[in-house]
Amino acid sequence: MNPNFGMKAVDELVKQPGSWLKVGENTGIIVSSRVRLARNVCGRRFPAWASEEDAVRLLHDLNPILGRLQACRDPIVLEISSLNRMEKEILIERHLMSRDMAEKGKGSAVVLKRDESIAIMVNEEDHIRMQAMSPGLNLRNLWKQIDAVDSEIESNVEYAFSPQMGYLTACPSNVGTGIRASVMLHLPGLVLMNEINSIIKAVSKMGLAVRGLWGEGTDAAGNMFQLSNQTTLGETEEVIVERLEKIVLEIDEHEKNGRNRLLEQKGNYIRDHFGRAVGILTHAHMLNSKETLEMLSALRLGLDLGIISGWKRAMIDELFLLTQPGHLQKLEGRVIGAEKRDLARARLVRQRLLDWK
Amino acid sequence: MLCQVCGKKEATVHLTQMLNDEVRKMHLCEQCAEAGGIDVNVPASMTNFLLGLGAPKKTKAESVNRACPQCGMHFSDFKKLSRLGCQDCYAAFAEELEPLLNGMQKGARHVGKKPEHYAGAVNVPPSMASLKKVLDEAVASENYEEAARIRDQIHEAETRATGILASAKRSGEAGSAPAAAENTNGSNKERR
Repeated sequence: MNPNFGMKAVDELVKQPGSWLKVGENTGIIVSSRVRLARNVCGRRFPAWASEEDAVRLLHDLNPILGRLQACRDPIVLEISSLNRMEKEILIERHLMSRDMAEKGKGSAVVLKRDESIAIMVNEEDHIRMQAMSPGLNLRNLWKQIDAVDSEIESNVEYAFSPQMGYLTACPSNVGTGIRASVMLHLPGLVLMNEINSIIKAVSKMGLAVRGLWGEGTDAAGNMFQLSNQTTLGETEEVIVERLEKIVLEIDEHEKNGRNRLLEQKGNYIRDHFGRAVGILTHAHMLNSKETLEMLSALRLGLDLGIISGWKRAMIDELFLLTQPGHLQKLEGRVIGAEKRDLARARLVRQRLLDWK
Repeated sequence: MLCQVCGKKEATVHLTQMLNDEVRKMHLCEQCAEAGGIDVNVPASMTNFLLGLGAPKKTKAESVNRACPQCGMHFSDFKKLSRLGCQDCYAAFAEELEPLLNGMQKGARHVGKKPEHYAGAVNVPPSMASLKKVLDEAVASENYEEAARIRDQIHEAETRATGILASAKRSGEAGSAPAAAENTNGSNKERR
């Protein structure tokens, strides 16, 4: 594969808004949905126990099958070993691959539909991990989409499957359906009303996992939370997806109530909070990643509540992505250290917010 | 009265068990009772009978650090990596994985999507706990034919578990091992 191909493809990606933040399509509270399936090819060692040679052979065998998937029409194939650190960061920030994937060597690749709505990782934790992603709450459709992709792959590949245990995955926590459905939520109302912890506790008891903006091990930067199913065996995909959807809609209601009470009970505090966020974002000369996400979250909430005007939510969402280290360095056209990044980030946010106003 | 297991010989051993406040009875011939390890002088439960637990207990290999015959992963490797080595590890470590799966999953049996072209090439036996549960249910509903069938499945699973450890010696028994050899070449078939 041409090593420059990956770079060019990533350049193209950066020009479009991430699939999970498509302009104007999310509802404010429910940001995006994603459904992924884990699959393995019959008779081959799982990636963690396979040699590099095994991995390369598997990719070689899967490449023609994934490359001509109807559902992905002319996909982009990116071999991890041909990507630099910055490009890997960009793919992670756009939710097109996992952080673990970035550490993989030869034989690992990401296959992307050009609009980023479908992404398939080869040789991550499992041989194949495919996801469908879209803005807003769209789990049932996404399940249908990825189900179709899966069936198309399955017509060419014999999966590791048993009637009792279902699809056999490298980690027993994914065995059975291999499904992980997740929804990204912006919940500043519940955070500012100090109610988020009790919600997280309740949700965990219902068998859902709560994670931060960029998945496992990340905190909920910018008041963004990812909710996903934890169990994969013993229920159908539809049941799993519908339960998550139901709980998401309940949390959506709680957040709306939280926002209303915030205005009623803490009106002065919240106006001050929004004003300060606008002040910092439009005037600061150094912004770190964390502060930026916090301030953008405040601005986003202010717009949703109609207290701040002049910008659109989609613009703020774009900044959520563009101010991340990988995207920022891509825009700067070079790898830069933390201090220079903070300068570049503040400059970018200032310019965008003032230009857009 | 005929034996409820073989249905041929006269039942001379009668077992009684309380299940959900209901009295269940089971009638067996001497041979079937003996095969189930029942000492007529010692009270025994029907489930134990069906599992052959009345018989002297086999020495279990569970303290051994089992290895997957297909990929060579030891259970200790899985503990370190938290990832299995291959699909056959599910069968090789079925006993060890069972408590783990019970803790992290909602059910013990897959009810979701199945591959359209599934040919049954991967043979992962049902877990011991789920088999025992089904056996209890069969006993509770007095479906002894079904119970005997499940008992055989449990025995088969036990044989397979030990067969894995002694697989080198028992290479003649290809039928009881997961169809791994064919899979290695037959994985990624072009079906179009």
